[in-house]
Amino acid sequence: MTGIKILSTGSCVPRRVMTNDDLAQIVETSDEWIQKRTGMSERHFVGEGEDMTYLSEMAAREAIERSGIDKSDIGVIIVSTVSGEYYSPSTACLLQSRLGLVHDLVALDVSAGCSGFIFGLETIRALMLARNAKAGLIVGAEVLSKKLDMTDRTTCVLFGDGAAAAVVALDDRPYYSEIGVDGDEEMINIKVSDGHIHMDGQGTYKFAVKTVPEVIEKVVEKAGLTYDDIDHYVLHQANLRIIESIAKKVNQPMEKFVVNIEKYGNTSAASVGLALDEAYKTNRIKEGDRTLLCAFGAGRTWGTVII
Amino acid sequence: MFDDVKEIIVETLGCAEDSVTMDANLFDELGADSLDAVELSLAIEEKIGVSIDQEAMVNIKTVGDIMDYIENAKN
Repeated sequence: MTGIKILSTGSCVPRRVMTNDDLAQIVETSDEWIQKRTGMSERHFVGEGEDMTYLSEMAAREAIERSGIDKSDIGVIIVSTVSGEYYSPSTACLLQSRLGLVHDLVALDVSAGCSGFIFGLETIRALMLARNAKAGLIVGAEVLSKKLDMTDRTTCVLFGDGAAAAVVALDDRPYYSEIGVDGDEEMINIKVSDGHIHMDGQGTYKFAVKTVPEVIEKVVEKAGLTYDDIDHYVLHQANLRIIESIAKKVNQPMEKFVVNIEKYGNTSAASVGLALDEAYKTNRIKEGDRTLLCAFGAGRTWGTVII
Repeated sequence: MFDDVKEIIVETLGCAEDSVTMDANLFDELGADSLDAVELSLAIEEKIGVSIDQEAMVNIKTVGDIMDYIENAKN
């Protein structure tokens, strides 16, 4: 068994909704400008009593409950994030305790920016294989509202907070992924010195619409499939225009692309999980469907997996 | 060459063919925004083989500017 199967998902977003109009009260922008360039209408920002660890815990609790597994079977916890409350300990360690999981496990955070969920899947699979773990818990979670420079209108309108979790198990189906790095520190970063997200928007757009179709082509070819064989495309929700451009380049209808960016904005490592969770819960993705997950982002990283 | 560029612009921006003249401003007249500009540069790179970097793209305003850039790059 060298493949990986998602048994269940869960999610949690903060209660507070920030609309485009709310943001227009803070910086010079408008609902029309944001919608036209990003497809976003609103996003969630944490408020009183909510933080990244809390969102992660709630998403994880839901995923574990829905999976029906015995939680003592969880042998690996991976949390993909760049915005936890602590540099150390890892959020994954905090979840071991908050969720009451066994001590005999590996728990670590993965930092891969917006590619986090896919890098997390690749990592959890490898660790589960190495440790012969019955089940694993992967969480993608961010509180990016705390990393925003609210005077920079080119970035502060783009991001939101949220968490998504999945309980996974090894599976006998083959595993196909395409993961890569073209190490870069300028395109998107969060500097320790000021704690803010900096982004070259046009550079990021170009990177995404050029690189993603190439990696999708590679993974589909590796799996011996065609684009038509993929039932659902779940891409990182960075920008609707990016998703539309990629759909056009791989010549697939937008109906096959799961999109929920209008509600959450860009939630970085959480976005693929949030979209997947919604697609499962609305029964859009059904048992046996073939789904391609793909994410890309800071560090010039990319990752795609067929599940 | 102009016809190739025109086709790329029409395809990318979804504007009317006869609106694409040498003097037409991509942003004010043809409705492009900064992300369309990136799409244009990628399409030109792919179909014409001339790569327009981000810094150069900042100075491109009209269809004629694109033609000039391509001519210069080819020579």
